[in-house]
Amino acid sequence: MALDTVAIARQNPDTSQPFAELGLKPDEYARIKEILGRRPTSSELAMYSVMWSEHCSYKSSKVHLKQFGDKAVKSDALLVGIGENAGVVDIGQGYAITFKIESHNHPSFIEPYQGAATGIGGIVRDILTMGARPIAVMDPLRFGPADAADTRRVLPGVIAGVGGYGNCLGLANIGGEVVFDETYLGNPLVNALCVGVMKHSDIKLAKAAGAGNLVVLYGAKTGGDGIGGVSVLASETFESTGPAKRPAVQVGDPFVEKVLIECSLEIFAEDLVVGIQDLGGAGLSCATSELASGGSGGMKVALDQVPLRDATLSPEEILMSESQERMCAVVEPGKIDRFLEICKKWDVTVTVIGEVTDGDHLEITWHGELIVDVPPRTVAHDGPVYSRPLAEPAYIARVNAEVISPPIPKTPIEIKAAILQMAATPNLADKSWVTNQYDRYVQGNTVQSQPDDSGMIRIDEKTHLGVAVATDANANWSYLNPYEGAKLALAEASRNIATAGAKPLAVTNCLNFGSPEDPGVMWQFAETVRGLADGSLEMGLPVTGGNVSFYNQTGDVAILPTPVIGVLGVIDDVRMRTPMSFDRAGLDLYLLGSSDSNMSGSEWAYLHKMRGGQAPKADLQREMRLIDLLVKGRTEKIFSAAHDLSQGGLTATITEMVLRHHIGAIITVDDPGVTLFVETPGRVVVAVEPGKVGALKKAAGDIPLTYLGVTGGDALVVNETSISLDELRTAHTATFEKLFG
Amino acid sequence: MKVGVITFPGTLDDRDALRAAKAAGTTAISLWHNDADLKGVDAVILPGGFSYGDYLRCGAISRFAPVMEKVIAAANGGMPLLGICNGFQVLCEAHLLPGALTRNKNLHFLCRDQKLVIENNATAWTSDYAKGQEIVIPLKNGEGSFQCDDKTLAILEGEGRIIARYVGENPNGSRNLIAGITNERGNIVGLMPHPEHAIETLTGPSADGLAFFTSVLKAMVK
Repeated sequence: MALDTVAIARQNPDTSQPFAELGLKPDEYARIKEILGRRPTSSELAMYSVMWSEHCSYKSSKVHLKQFGDKAVKSDALLVGIGENAGVVDIGQGYAITFKIESHNHPSFIEPYQGAATGIGGIVRDILTMGARPIAVMDPLRFGPADAADTRRVLPGVIAGVGGYGNCLGLANIGGEVVFDETYLGNPLVNALCVGVMKHSDIKLAKAAGAGNLVVLYGAKTGGDGIGGVSVLASETFESTGPAKRPAVQVGDPFVEKVLIECSLEIFAEDLVVGIQDLGGAGLSCATSELASGGSGGMKVALDQVPLRDATLSPEEILMSESQERMCAVVEPGKIDRFLEICKKWDVTVTVIGEVTDGDHLEITWHGELIVDVPPRTVAHDGPVYSRPLAEPAYIARVNAEVISPPIPKTPIEIKAAILQMAATPNLADKSWVTNQYDRYVQGNTVQSQPDDSGMIRIDEKTHLGVAVATDANANWSYLNPYEGAKLALAEASRNIATAGAKPLAVTNCLNFGSPEDPGVMWQFAETVRGLADGSLEMGLPVTGGNVSFYNQTGDVAILPTPVIGVLGVIDDVRMRTPMSFDRAGLDLYLLGSSDSNMSGSEWAYLHKMRGGQAPKADLQREMRLIDLLVKGRTEKIFSAAHDLSQGGLTATITEMVLRHHIGAIITVDDPGVTLFVETPGRVVVAVEPGKVGALKKAAGDIPLTYLGVTGGDALVVNETSISLDELRTAHTATFEKLFG
Repeated sequence: MKVGVITFPGTLDDRDALRAAKAAGTTAISLWHNDADLKGVDAVILPGGFSYGDYLRCGAISRFAPVMEKVIAAANGGMPLLGICNGFQVLCEAHLLPGALTRNKNLHFLCRDQKLVIENNATAWTSDYAKGQEIVIPLKNGEGSFQCDDKTLAILEGEGRIIARYVGENPNGSRNLIAGITNERGNIVGLMPHPEHAIETLTGPSADGLAFFTSVLKAMVK
């Protein structure tokens, strides 16, 4: 088929177009015609279809996400908020941190290694695009049952992909999560968080201002990977002898990205760009329309100038291609020579593909013929917005009415078996098999990484300023009560920052859900956003950005609602952090916070196949007082160690503490069969020198303190139950090796 | 005393190596792969990373970088030269050291705190250790299994050219637990684990790695 140009579109208004195959609804197609006053060209149709997709336009979530704006915290720390590639937070001393999580769930199910690898690649470019040096990554992951055959296909590939790409970029992997649940079997979740650092003056934005400025594409050449749904168009436009459909999953080359990072940072350091945008989802369609929208709107692009890996690509495919490791910059003509010189130094392919105009249309030509002529905002920002129907799903009332009473171990033998079972269960077992495949040392600033509560990075070698990051989700609670679940995840991530003595500062999120076309899922989503917005407002933490992943669903079975919440904190001196565990005998152990007996949503209940009950109510005021205590305890040097209680409750926390430095503990608790396994939120185990107990009691205020016992010995002793550390370690560390080694 | 650290495209641990050299009291200087100029340095470090994306074979392309011509000539003249991880792979590809580094035995990338025993403290890079001293520094690589033929192995063992061995379980399948080797003259050292990531306990498992860099300072002063 011949090239479809704007002129042809005008001449042949009634040509039928495959809008439905591209995922557009009839009314969306009609809206495009209305915007343009004619039918779109095939290139325009491709651009609108991909930019108006759920993934790019947030059309189902937008009406809910605006709560983050409506309930925004007034914060001086927020330098760049929602809407840019990533939020930017002031951490003092002239430094700014940018951080964000994204999902790469669907590609990782199809092709685990490349899906996970390009997930890292994409989020890293988002961070780089803000002008920051990427310094660390974290990866919250969720898989089907650990012993399921498909998990053995997906998990090793995902881990190798995260490591293969992240290690090669020289980014320290400082933590994450690995959680198993049957609802993730056909829908594994691969979320990736990246942290970057810059000086305030280095912040870059996606805007194409200044008529006459040049539009420059640099990085990898454009190929046919990641074209996905647009192959429908390709099959329309190509003869039957044309190339076969190409893989829908992008293929990454971390070496090219590493070089792109260094090259870009050198370009930024010389202040050579007016605006910049990375090429991720929707490739050039997204980058050109977003850059143009960020300026006055006028931009001309000669698409035939784009360097190609495959010379047979059609203009529609070039616009859609999600080839990795590409960036698009707007450069003043006076600075282009130096820009090209730096690219040459790094052997980075660079091409001027267009210029900013003083008009208000994005005009794209193909060998001189006009194939796209659109107001760029209509592509990038004015997509459809849906208020999808939502309704509390029927299961909520049913499961909330259930009374959860898993068997309670009573005798010392039963208690011992339960502690060992919990230490070994895949959700709580040692994750070294995973994290040993990630480089945690590169860049030489990693202060904490897995299995610590948070990842911690030193930002300044002279002042010792640092940041801590934690990600958390408790999907079991979100399933029972998505509103409380979101608040509880926010509280947990904040607490994980605070145990080390860092102060929580800002929030990002990755909201993983089933199909938005299911009113029940939409209700879960709406409740989650409401909970996170309310919680962030109450805790005074700005939401800096985030990501929504819908359609994590196989048939009627949706994943558990899984809002992964990331919290960034700041610590003025990383040398003085409170460590996660004790390295000596003779310390007193206390539990901060009060416990109840609600087992709903706990790992112990899950092990007994009990999903129901009522999620705890989040008490964020109390959480904030606990956080204050943890931060204060650090600055006043009260704590020798502090470790959060979350999934697995006290037994999981104390197991991790005694195994960390191989120092045992002797503790006594009331009703151990319950106390060890409940997961009441807002609790922390601390170790203090006996001489500091007075200071602890004074500082604790209304936070309940329960004396647990002392550190020491080579066993974990709970009342009359004693487990040698060697036996406990074997149980804790053998699981992953056995499953995946 | 000036120590140069070479950056190839894809190098990752160059800044760490510069930091370590500086911490040891040397003047650390950044060198670029494409400049055939050593800027008057007295010793050179080839740092870790994935130079040229490990395309073809690890280190196979870097070994032909313009700067390497000068490095090879200077090292053959006795200049101290340390290759860490990817740098060790480059040294093998450049035939400055014998053998080759191949995929870890379980095929996974492995990052862990590794115990080593120093077996030869008579090189330019190990003189600040005691013979038999045990140290813990990070090991992190996908292709760290040292392999060579039996004859080479016999020579390395016979001449005491194994500078460090892994202690305990063999982490990657290296022959005779070899973590690092030196040339006959003792000025060139290749080491798979990363001493530059163990110069302070805050960010490393120990400060045991610093002595590699203080050793070379002594060697240069001599």
